[in-house]
Amino acid sequence: MKAPRVTDTTLRDGSHAMKHQFTREQVQQIVQALDAAGVPVIEVTHGDGLAGSSIQYGFSGTSEMDLIEAARQSATRAKIAALLIPGIGTRQELREAAQRGVQVVRIATHCTEADISEQHFGLAKELGLETVGFLMMAHMRPPEFLAEQAALMESYGADCVYIVDSAGAMLPDDARARVRALKERLSIQVGFHAHNNLGLAIGNTLAAIEAGADQVDGCLRGLGAGAGNAPTELIAAVLDRLGINPGLDVFALMDAAEYVVAPIMPYQPIPDRDAITIGYAGVYSTFLLHARHIAAEFGLDPRELLVELGRRQAVAGQEDWILDVAVDLAQAKQRVA
Amino acid sequence: MYKILRDPGHMELALVAGIDPQSEGLARARSLGIPASHEGIAAVLADPEIKIVFDATSAKAHVRHARLLREAGKIAVDLTPAARGPYVVPPVNLGQHLDEPNVNLITCGGQATIPLVYAVSRVTPVRYAEIVSTVASKSAGPGTRQNIDEFTFTTARGLEALGGAQQGKAIIILNPAEPPILMRNTIYVIPAGDFDKDAVVASVEQMVADVQRYVPGYRLKSAPVFDRRSTPWGERVVIAMLLEVTGAGDFLPPYSGNLDIMTAAARQVGELFARHLLGVREEVVA
Repeated sequence: MKAPRVTDTTLRDGSHAMKHQFTREQVQQIVQALDAAGVPVIEVTHGDGLAGSSIQYGFSGTSEMDLIEAARQSATRAKIAALLIPGIGTRQELREAAQRGVQVVRIATHCTEADISEQHFGLAKELGLETVGFLMMAHMRPPEFLAEQAALMESYGADCVYIVDSAGAMLPDDARARVRALKERLSIQVGFHAHNNLGLAIGNTLAAIEAGADQVDGCLRGLGAGAGNAPTELIAAVLDRLGINPGLDVFALMDAAEYVVAPIMPYQPIPDRDAITIGYAGVYSTFLLHARHIAAEFGLDPRELLVELGRRQAVAGQEDWILDVAVDLAQAKQRVA
Repeated sequence: MYKILRDPGHMELALVAGIDPQSEGLARARSLGIPASHEGIAAVLADPEIKIVFDATSAKAHVRHARLLREAGKIAVDLTPAARGPYVVPPVNLGQHLDEPNVNLITCGGQATIPLVYAVSRVTPVRYAEIVSTVASKSAGPGTRQNIDEFTFTTARGLEALGGAQQGKAIIILNPAEPPILMRNTIYVIPAGDFDKDAVVASVEQMVADVQRYVPGYRLKSAPVFDRRSTPWGERVVIAMLLEVTGAGDFLPPYSGNLDIMTAAARQVGELFARHLLGVREEVVA
């Protein structure tokens, strides 16, 4: 096994748990701590990527472009990354993000729709950015299928393609098989992004590394959507014990989690009732807070909503379907009553 | 083609033109007894009897076609994102553009959602409108896929220019579920100030009925939902409307509501132009 590159996404995936209210000061403190601890890539964007600020996903408290700039100014060695989901963000925001300091762009599509990302990879390369492809909700398709989609991203100019377990629904064998299929098919790097809804974020990350993953994601204190991601400080400790520490300062990351991130967290993401349901039903982790809000409005159990969304094969970004399903369930209950 | 054949109104389908001699579409037209040509725009220009042209090529091709058609005195109904002429959504503003040589139909998401934003803005000023269009992966062709940013830009501009929103935002999501999903659109509207909910509901209901006259599968899943959310303008009431569009199944499957609403709007626009040219005075939807 070789040491993977670790990207910290506290300031992007954690944006969901923060309801997109990160401040400039928080970004500066978190970036300084990660940078000092040797984390090589730090992602900073609205949780749903560039231009994610919306009614659908929640409005940003501070413009993500200002946060990106603050991050770039606070980093001495780390590269700053941004997420872009075609259909939400466009090349226009990508250009601005690059001007404000982004060096890596991670371009995410649902795992069956890689061919909508061509123009974005093209521009990213033109702008001289490092490019990462994200195949979201990758538990929904088998390894060979994902390898074909990843090959499309490679042909558009991706430097790496990630298997993204957006629903935190994979078991270690699922992660292993998917990473292996991409490793066999591609000549570029392969990454893995975990969610902890079934309590398997670290386990799946390890399985991915065993299968040859070159890059993995974490966030401090697990501050991410759903039950959070693999905690960066925990990845560092485990890699160190495995003898493949890529240069991370384990104790400095523990301190960053404990003293910088924990005090500002609105809650500790854990696999609680609703988060486990997300992993179990295989729905997008960011549905968690939206489903709770809408379930309360309609007097429903969030789990009913989440299970039905899984049955309807909802994909990333379909937060509006939560309302849609709530309306259907409420109408069905009215008919019974 | 199928919509005009089914209900020609005051039009007569004179020609279907493409550029591929092996085109299945042209062969299908011929098999139905409709003149077809693979000579593209030249064949259209050669026939002085053709007054109205529906252009579903590409933005790039339409830029060239727009000039040629205008010079030939033909009306162009543009289904590409080229936007050489004014944006048109039939129940919102078609009446204003019947003397234009070229009108643009924005996007499928725009045709579906702009009428409902307009339905709100005609009763109370709209600060912000946001739409999320979710379409079945199978009904999104290569043109949409390779130019997905065009959808976002053009639809957002349409929400502002025709919907009447001070600021518009559009999101598109492709969903590959099997069986394919129907086209879903969620429309969120934040009025600029306090507003009369009953007036909004009544205006929206009227608009749904108006659109249903040319898109029968256009329906709201429920009455508009009013929900308090935090916004850049403070905590505000957000109006959410859940719209479903079932295709008529004339040729494309019912899940292609996104394509159906474009062709239905195009037929409606063509019909109103035809009546205008012929001097037919009837009640028009616009």
